[in-house]
Amino acid sequence: MKVNTHEENGYWVVRLEGRLDIGNAAEFEKECLSWIGQGQCRLVLDFGGLEYISSAGLRSILAATKKVKTVNGSLSLCALSGLVEEVITISGFGNILTVYADVAQATAGEGA
Amino acid sequence: MEVMEKTFIASLDSIPEIVGFVSDTASTMGVHAKRVLHIELAVEEAVTNICSYAYEIPPGEVSVRISREAEVVRIELIDAGVPFDPLTMEEPDIRSELENREIGGLGIFLIRRMLDEVHYTRKGDLNILSLAVRYGEK
Repeated sequence: MKVNTHEENGYWVVRLEGRLDIGNAAEFEKECLSWIGQGQCRLVLDFGGLEYISSAGLRSILAATKKVKTVNGSLSLCALSGLVEEVITISGFGNILTVYADVAQATAGEGA
Repeated sequence: MEVMEKTFIASLDSIPEIVGFVSDTASTMGVHAKRVLHIELAVEEAVTNICSYAYEIPPGEVSVRISREAEVVRIELIDAGVPFDPLTMEEPDIRSELENREIGGLGIFLIRRMLDEVHYTRKGDLNILSLAVRYGEK
């Protein structure tokens, strides 16, 4: 999986490309916790390039979400499609996380 | 009926190879690309369970048998571990709030929702999880 990050309007935008699965989810969770530790606590996960996510991937997102809550931050998702959108919907993660159509919408507000 | 079978070490490190084998075979057998992703997800989740729970002294082995049937492609995951029916795992409460969210059981939940058939049988010393999807997009 390729991970690119940049700051936009006070948000830390994390673009994922490829697959978030049992092979890299733990490492991705560590990265998220490290960004939050460095003060990047308004995360936007851009799934525009993500083709696949498993429950291991969901676990890493859940851990990061719980962490940002402890520092009054936020974590949202955007640009879901295909299997990734199905998994987020079926798992009910679409109800506990804010999901935006794209990065522009996700970074438009003041942040949480 | 065309059948492909391969045996792997039941360890998390084998998962990319197992998923790749199943994915390539299912594509070749004519399963729609969208459904191939469902199969990949189901196999990752099911094999993760086997690697984590099946063997008291890990790693054991897991065999993967893929059969081209008239209506479906069937994937059987076979291990010789302790009797374990993943379908008896409690389903997660997908409506619960963030704070109470647990991931346990979510893998099996996804398998049930995405595939067309899921069965477990214990045959002699073997656990057999049988997964099937139809060829078309739906």
